[in-house]
Amino acid sequence: MTVLFGIFLLTLLVITAVAIVQTRNLFVAVMLLGIFSLLIALNFFILDAADVALTEAAVGAGISTVLFLGALALTSERERLGTQHRWLSLVVVTSATLVVLYATFDKPLFGDPGAPVHQHVAPWYLEKTPEYIDIPNVVTAVLGSFRGYDTLGEVFVVFTAGIGVMFLLSAHSGGANRRKQEASGIGLREHLIPRVVGRLLVPFILLFGLYVQFHGDYGPGGGFQAGALIAAAFILYALVEGEERTLAALPQSWLNALMVSGALLYGGVGLAGIVLGSSFLDYSVLSADPIAGQHLGIILIEAGVGMTVTGVLLSIFHAFAARDQA
Amino acid sequence: MDIFLNLLSWVLLSAGGVFVLIGGIGALRMPNLYTRMHAASVTDTMGAVLVLTGVMVQAGLTLATIKLGAILIFLLITSPTASYALASAALLAGIKPDAGQAADRTRGS
Amino acid sequence: MELLGLYHYWVFAVLLMIGFYAVVAKVNLVKKLIGVSLFQAAVFLLYITMSKVTGGTAPILQEGMVDPVFSNPLPQVLILTAIVVGISTTALGLGIVVRIKEEYGTIEEHEIQEIDRR
Repeated sequence: MTVLFGIFLLTLLVITAVAIVQTRNLFVAVMLLGIFSLLIALNFFILDAADVALTEAAVGAGISTVLFLGALALTSERERLGTQHRWLSLVVVTSATLVVLYATFDKPLFGDPGAPVHQHVAPWYLEKTPEYIDIPNVVTAVLGSFRGYDTLGEVFVVFTAGIGVMFLLSAHSGGANRRKQEASGIGLREHLIPRVVGRLLVPFILLFGLYVQFHGDYGPGGGFQAGALIAAAFILYALVEGEERTLAALPQSWLNALMVSGALLYGGVGLAGIVLGSSFLDYSVLSADPIAGQHLGIILIEAGVGMTVTGVLLSIFHAFAARDQA
Repeated sequence: MDIFLNLLSWVLLSAGGVFVLIGGIGALRMPNLYTRMHAASVTDTMGAVLVLTGVMVQAGLTLATIKLGAILIFLLITSPTASYALASAALLAGIKPDAGQAADRTRGS
Repeated sequence: MELLGLYHYWVFAVLLMIGFYAVVAKVNLVKKLIGVSLFQAAVFLLYITMSKVTGGTAPILQEGMVDPVFSNPLPQVLILTAIVVGISTTALGLGIVVRIKEEYGTIEEHEIQEIDRR
């Protein structure tokens, strides 16, 4: 039965992807991209990747759709001319597909426990997590502690993207028009139902974001998902009440502080390892008991990740939303 | 007792599936946007309530049941709001809630 | 089970090439960025497919488990990072597209090249 369900979901994915590429209306393409992200998140969940499914649903289906719609509002909504070099591209793409399809026959069998990827490193992580770190979620243990250096790089990539977008879009063209636009009822202020429901939901979404942040040790969750959820709560408020009131609630200076302090917190925990006599990003020396030190280190860096991701996603949203329409 | 709970959850899940199917067929076959949204809202309300209640019966009295109840309440609050936002956006964009040929017949008589 | 596994890999190949086609053949810049997103999603699907172990569960240790079989946590960690990096590059790409629209007045690639040539 799960075989049938898996085949059905994968077929839906392909149909959605073809529809995304074929449609000339970019608004439709972005909405279908949201559906595509949700379908692939379902697929990840069936393949036992709960953390990845949560991240894909929150980031891919939620934040990515909002960013694309923000960019579409500032550019055009329809593709004017469709395709260039259609036949040459089709030939190249078809031959590349055939090559990759030929290569799939040499891949390891689906679910084979003897496949090369399941030897050496992964069993070591699964075995040593209770001994060194002692938290139930192995993915968070590997992400936060065993491979903490990679996650540090990821936090800095997110931070760089944030400041990159702010550099690109922060020089306002025509700030005076913006003031007039705010007064004319931006947001959904005159629609009562979305306004009431949106304002009712925002505290619960924030609460859920905090729950996901702190439960990353015990179940699927962690800093990235929590950052995306908290940013989504503020984006909902901005869509309902208008961007100016959201900036009054959480000003840009606080967002800058969140971005920077998240990355600094992560780096600081790493340096604290050096100061206390061990190597960079070694959490065992943060406390008297090495396992308690690991717990403390993972909570601190997940908090740093959550802060940076929230700050960056909200700054990017405000950069797109505040841009004057050409 | 166990067999009764299993039977109940089967009935609820199948009924939920039937309502989702009805909503899907309606969303495809209805003439214009507003009637299609009305059909699709069957999925969000009856379909969601029945399917989630069926799964809650399966989960028994654990923490998972409370989480499923929270999801159900969230769905029941947000999906009608989304339908309202979609309908008012369509009205603002100028799509008229025209019933098509049925309206022409009543207008003529 | 083997059919399902092969089907996963075939869907990966097809999605990869659909995304690639959108990047190569479409003229609109936003459509190209959507194609890049599709390409990335296909790669994520491949890695997570390889991490699944038959009869396994999600890699979350729980008390009272007798000899459990877990799916591989390592590709999941990789893809978690990759998803976040993907959204960062998409956001940056969309910022560049917005600026291009403001400077050139269009986001169709051949029109931009023509304006550049003048």
